Amino acid sequence: MTATLPTTAGRAPRHEVDPVLEITDLSIEYQAEKVVRAVDHVSLTLGRGEVLGLAGESGCGKSTLAYGINRLLKTPAVVTGGSVMFHSREGHTIDVRALEGDDLRFFRWEKISMVFQGAMNSLNPVKKVRDQLEDVFTTHRPDLGKKVRRERCGELLERVGVDRNRLNAYPHELSGGMRQRVMIAMAMALDPQVMIMDEPTTALDVVVQREILREITRLRSELGFAVVFITHDLPLLLEISDRIAVMREGRIVELAEALTLYTQPQHDYTKTLLGSFPSLTGERGGFVRDTGSTHAEEIR
Amino acid sequence: MRNLPPLTPKLLVGLTIVGAFVLWGIVGPFVVADPSGIDNIGLSAPSADHLLGTTQTGQDVLAQFAHATRGSLIIGLVVGVLTLLLSAFFGVVGAYVGGWVDEGFSLFSNVMLVIPGLPLVIIISSYVTDKSVWLVAGVLAITSWAGSARVLRGFTLSVRSRDYVLAARVAGERPWRVLLVEILPNLVPLLASQAVFGIIFAILGEAGLSFLGLGATGSFTWGTMLYYAQNSLALMRGAWWWFIPPGLSIALFGAALALINFSIDEIINPRLRDHTRAVTKRWQVTGPSSGTAVEGAAPAEKEATA
Amino acid sequence: MRFVLQKLGFYAVALWAAVTLDFLIPRLMPGNPVDQLVSKLAQKGQVTPETRRAIELLLGADLDQPLWQQYLGFWGQIARGDLGRSVAYFPASVSDMIGQTLPWTLGLIGLSTIISFLLGVGLGTFAGWKRGSWVDNLIPSLTMLQSVPYFWLALILLYVFGLILGVSPLNGGYDPWNTFPGWNWAFIQSVIYYGTLPAITIVVSSVGGWMLGMRNMMVSTLSEDYILTAEAKGIHPRRIMRAYAARNAVLPSVAGFAISLGFVVAGSIVAEVVFSYPGIGNMLLQAVNSNDYALMQGIFLVITLSVLGANLLVDLLYGVIDPRTRARS
Repeated sequence: MTATLPTTAGRAPRHEVDPVLEITDLSIEYQAEKVVRAVDHVSLTLGRGEVLGLAGESGCGKSTLAYGINRLLKTPAVVTGGSVMFHSREGHTIDVRALEGDDLRFFRWEKISMVFQGAMNSLNPVKKVRDQLEDVFTTHRPDLGKKVRRERCGELLERVGVDRNRLNAYPHELSGGMRQRVMIAMAMALDPQVMIMDEPTTALDVVVQREILREITRLRSELGFAVVFITHDLPLLLEISDRIAVMREGRIVELAEALTLYTQPQHDYTKTLLGSFPSLTGERGGFVRDTGSTHAEEIR
Repeated sequence: MRNLPPLTPKLLVGLTIVGAFVLWGIVGPFVVADPSGIDNIGLSAPSADHLLGTTQTGQDVLAQFAHATRGSLIIGLVVGVLTLLLSAFFGVVGAYVGGWVDEGFSLFSNVMLVIPGLPLVIIISSYVTDKSVWLVAGVLAITSWAGSARVLRGFTLSVRSRDYVLAARVAGERPWRVLLVEILPNLVPLLASQAVFGIIFAILGEAGLSFLGLGATGSFTWGTMLYYAQNSLALMRGAWWWFIPPGLSIALFGAALALINFSIDEIINPRLRDHTRAVTKRWQVTGPSSGTAVEGAAPAEKEATA
Repeated sequence: MRFVLQKLGFYAVALWAAVTLDFLIPRLMPGNPVDQLVSKLAQKGQVTPETRRAIELLLGADLDQPLWQQYLGFWGQIARGDLGRSVAYFPASVSDMIGQTLPWTLGLIGLSTIISFLLGVGLGTFAGWKRGSWVDNLIPSLTMLQSVPYFWLALILLYVFGLILGVSPLNGGYDPWNTFPGWNWAFIQSVIYYGTLPAITIVVSSVGGWMLGMRNMMVSTLSEDYILTAEAKGIHPRRIMRAYAARNAVLPSVAGFAISLGFVVAGSIVAEVVFSYPGIGNMLLQAVNSNDYALMQGIFLVITLSVLGANLLVDLLYGVIDPRTRARS
């Protein structure tokens, strides 16, 4: 995936040439008794096939931003301004904020799918994995025959390294890592162009976390979807992202190439964040982005 | 008390009605005529002399009602307290001690739960011809604590495994101290709501029992009033003033207690709060997406745990 | 499978406890119910030594037999289905009397409870889904109906619909003059006509509880992550409501069925008296009024058995609808 390597001089960055998602001036408020501006005039552009990291401490508004993109906010959270534009592969542009009803429903998951934090609770405990995977197809591909549907579900699971016969399992019969793999499989089901991952590995132990990250990196290079990866774990982002946005109190305080951010952090807050994590490999020079998954191997 | 319920309209209405009944139960019997005094103006409609009319034998319904209010409230209170003690013992203590004690207590509560209470009470009361109020209260309490015990047990189990309780145990605090200081305060709202339920069930149960003629001997309660009214065919003769007040009182009093319980529930489960129609309107949720817009604080909670 | 065995085991214990209670109560109570019963029976006809012996086994007496032998004999009688003779309906046997009335009660309470449960869960689902809607605002008033005694509501409904409006019969379970019990349309029609008001009473009194419980669980369930996931998946709101939210929220209502059923049964028994419904509750009152101890004991046993049976069914159903119980046990 040469396209996602740090851009060489002279070539325009991918997100400028071929953006898939353009967020302009987005503001989100919690209109409770006290109005809180959780997202404050945020502008972001996501290139096709790019991994954009979104870092920040708890409560900085990064999850709210993610839900705002896909219109999943609930009252009292309200989008008060800005725009979210989606540019599909086929060349259409969709104004996400203008979508209503069934249009919005069909847009979700088809174009932007999500993987949530804490795989434990993202799956409906009383339904089999198969039913929950098939749900996606029955909603978005109603013409698909039952047999084809089943076959697809099996393929999806195998693609994330879970045995096909796990389709018949209930969520509680799977380990945390397996559940998150199932969620990733589900997120890939419709071949979306953007995947928003909200702390997808936070609740998992380090070894499983590594495996999942490798899986995500591999799948992305195979399928070419763009990823918005949200986490408070900046070192992790440095490993997997092309660019990183650092968020604080609803604003993006710094946005730069992963390497640039790591070597020349501009904002004090970024420096604090970087300083607050011990280096993974013990020496500070261990920047891992360009060695990709091989490096993940070493760390394990 | 650490968290008293906020004085919502619901709570205010509930407390006012309960307060009025309690006051009437205390003061009423002193200001009315003799409830048993017989007169030859049987079954007369409400008038200036008899504000709530008379019974078949000319007794003043208002006087009977005052005494009945006192009787029913006493039953409710006694049974409520007894139920609370029994359910707290079998639910909280069992869950706290754990092991075989818990297994045993839990099995016992569950068996008591599935054996229907009222038929049992009916059988027991019919064997005893001369019943005191205390006996009736005792029997009602014995047959109605199990449900509360189960609820309390579940909650105690979850509190028991919270970190600060474990910390207190590890720190070597004495078991009874951990139970009283660390666990019990958390249970207060739940205990209160269970006690309120206990009172409602007791008054309803006693009313049912008395309505069948199996209440305490010579007692005045809302149930016995209804029993005499039914036996004198008050309904068929259209003597509404006789059977409406006691029944309506049971309903009103029960409803008032239920209103108080709503407020307590909102302390136990804060998610139930703040979603009145007015508040929803203020957010101006319109359009089809509001159909799925349900839990206001969901993203905020997410963020908090992020 | 273990789950099923566990449940069966529990209900075996509950059954044992119920039968033992039935055995102990008359023996622990003051007075001698056997002599009372025998003297009453003697007024109505010849009491054979066998009858007396059967009554002694059921109610206990100053026999030379040790308690455990009486206990075994008691079990033996129950196993044979011999619950003694009724005083109130002499010389009918208790089992025959119960056999006549039980279908009425099972039909009335069973059907009304199912209707009430389905209605309450349905309305509760909707109220929790659309918080602050008119259905949601209905809940406080419906819960208040819960604190209305069943028998009083029965009285009022009877007064309004039976006496004032005259659209409902005043008592009984069917029209004994113009119809003949059996599988004929006229009779069934009459049963429905006579049963409607009692059924409405039970439904109205109990629906609020189911509704409130379901509504509160819906509210809690809707903030679960899997609901958000379902929304992000673009699943139709109706399907989210049913297959994701309600499907999970209903579990506690089913698990708590036992608590509510006891209450409904108790209320319904008293309500039967108001309607003079030919069911087991009304017969229980007759038994109580004529000190018919054998009949009372028998009725208690049968009511308990029915409630245990219903709870067992619901518990097994719970095992089917919540896959986690199967794994846990």
